[in-house]
Amino acid sequence: MIRTLLGAQNRNLWFWVFVGPFAVGLALFTYVPLLWSVWLSFFDAHNTVTPTRFVGLDNYLAMLGDGAFLSSLGTFLLFSAFIVPATYVLSLGLALMVNRVRIAQAFFRSVFFLPTACSYVVASLVWKLSIFNGVRFGLANTVLGWFGADQTAWLSSTDPPWYWLVIVTVRLWLQAGFYMILFLAGLQRISPRLYEAAAVDGAKPGWQTFRHITFPQLRATSVAVVLLLVINAFQAFDEFYNLLSDSRGYPPYARPPLVYLYYIALGSEQNLGLGSAGAVILALIIAVATIVQARWFGLGRKED
Amino acid sequence: MTDFGRRRLLAAGGGIALTGALASCGSNTGRGGGASGPALSQWYHQYGEPGTEQAVKRYADAYDKADVTVQWRPGDYDRQTAAALLTDSGPDVFEVNGPTLDQIRGGQVVDLTDQVAPAKDDFNQAVLAPKIWQDKIWAVPQVVDMQLLYYRKSMLEDAGVQPPRTLEELVDAARELTAKGRKDKVKGLFLGNDGGAGALGGTPLYAAGLSVVTEDGKVGFDDPAAARTLGKIHELYADKSLLLGAPADWSDPAAFTQGLTAMQWSGLWALPQVKKALGDDFGVLPFPADGPGGKVAVPVGAYGSAVSARGKHKKEAAEFAKWLWVDRTDYQRDFALSYGFHIPARISLAKKAKELRSGAAADAVAYATDHGYAEPLLWTTASKTAYQDALSRIIKNGANPESELTAVVRKTGTELDRVRKK
Repeated sequence: MIRTLLGAQNRNLWFWVFVGPFAVGLALFTYVPLLWSVWLSFFDAHNTVTPTRFVGLDNYLAMLGDGAFLSSLGTFLLFSAFIVPATYVLSLGLALMVNRVRIAQAFFRSVFFLPTACSYVVASLVWKLSIFNGVRFGLANTVLGWFGADQTAWLSSTDPPWYWLVIVTVRLWLQAGFYMILFLAGLQRISPRLYEAAAVDGAKPGWQTFRHITFPQLRATSVAVVLLLVINAFQAFDEFYNLLSDSRGYPPYARPPLVYLYYIALGSEQNLGLGSAGAVILALIIAVATIVQARWFGLGRKED
Repeated sequence: MTDFGRRRLLAAGGGIALTGALASCGSNTGRGGGASGPALSQWYHQYGEPGTEQAVKRYADAYDKADVTVQWRPGDYDRQTAAALLTDSGPDVFEVNGPTLDQIRGGQVVDLTDQVAPAKDDFNQAVLAPKIWQDKIWAVPQVVDMQLLYYRKSMLEDAGVQPPRTLEELVDAARELTAKGRKDKVKGLFLGNDGGAGALGGTPLYAAGLSVVTEDGKVGFDDPAAARTLGKIHELYADKSLLLGAPADWSDPAAFTQGLTAMQWSGLWALPQVKKALGDDFGVLPFPADGPGGKVAVPVGAYGSAVSARGKHKKEAAEFAKWLWVDRTDYQRDFALSYGFHIPARISLAKKAKELRSGAAADAVAYATDHGYAEPLLWTTASKTAYQDALSRIIKNGANPESELTAVVRKTGTELDRVRKK
């Protein structure tokens, strides 16, 4: 009996020895809180994680009727509209360049990948304090000053909304290298024979080859990259928080959903029922967006 | 041999990890000596002033009825304590920027009425009031902090500008000073990198002779004067008289001392730094009055020492809080004035402090005593956030103050109904 349970060469035992602790951890720290949060979202729970009074869907209705939460979703959409295509194009461009370089390829690969190792908090503070601070000795203002331009309050200006430039560039710098590596792997999987065949058929190297061979061959990688980019954009918190918050709060513009939940529901107000409802709504939106997108791009479908 | 080596290595690694885990279960209190009595944990947020941490550890060491461990907590302290109060592993005694009404109503803090009673009348009443709910006191005020307007005397003189006494004068002065300082890129006024929404909070409403919540618990700014005043704050932004995007925010006097701005809204805590950098070339003012019913306004507040209701030794923790913040007046004086610069919460101590009797410090104390207002307990986080969001839109986007305030009045009314319900 025990032998059967343990399996051949104790394989089952070793499986549980290695997988068990992680499975327990995952259940304890991810699934239990997740389910608890869903349960809590139907209750009034101010300053407690124990459900107190059943309120049905009131928390959900309050959240969906809250203009600030809806505007935070709008902020996210705008952010995604900037960051997803920009990162996609930049990382693909970098991958094509690095792939083509014949000397010191490893060096260039490392240089572009290196920012990935930097934390969002550190990068945000460098952007905020050194490059895009709004006074005369900020790097960006110094450079613009050479051309006679006035100093710009990059993070405080809403008209024009220069803060988007700061938010988007910091994330681009941090994540383009990572996606470049994914594209490089994709590029290196493309068989050279395809290019040879194309050349024999008279295809010109450059745009024509890229459009008809490289880009279609990168389809699977592209789908994965876009999917990861959208999920990451939804989870944006660190750079927004570190660039725009101060000790007294956070401006209502450029407040993505996670920052909103942190401030309004789960922070010092500790309205945990309402916060849970917001978290569930957000999780559902991410899940639906991911599934729709996966279907759209045919993720997991067999390559034609 | 390789296999054996790998196993031995794993076993040794596991052993070390186990030893480490067991060691971390021990009681490293971070302090020498051993007092008798129960073990109490006391939390403070991280103060910027050097020496404060050592001072509070020294006070804790001097207490002989309990073994008090001090935790100095950097980061988002208010949220850390809010989360810790939900668990049994939080602090016994902790300083709090409150407590909030929800924390009191949620039974998260202990009633300290009896502990404060012997000295109740000696505490600054403006900062004690928000610690009281249903005639019970829920925290002992530690020190009084206040905010005020710093101005650079020489810059104002050069521009031919008088220190502003009304909001109109402030708008005009900021405009003049900006125009004068254009060549050197000096701005007229710094209210924070967000244009003032966070730092000013409800202060403009008090300057218009209103309040955020009235004493009888109603919305205090359902009045045309509120929109008129907030509209003038927008003028400052529209005139480009405000410094924006400074490396250090309003709570730090760096922008003022480095000559980036001629006037700055900051705290009393910044006064020693300003004095060191500028000597006597500065003065302080309250927030100027606006309109016929207006009066100058000075926001005051106090971190309070509270006791967690989930602690194992609530009685002992309350006794310690009383010992430190009611009985030991010498420590309170030391804490308020030896490291940073605050007004002691006890009136008798504030009167005796020689550091507060002359120059700008004396002016500041007089403003705090005569015009100080503290945010009432009923001004909940939800109302405050809705108001600050509206203020931000009014200042930066030029949103219509009337319609913005109508929405905030509605939200605050709902919040007041909620907290009255139970």
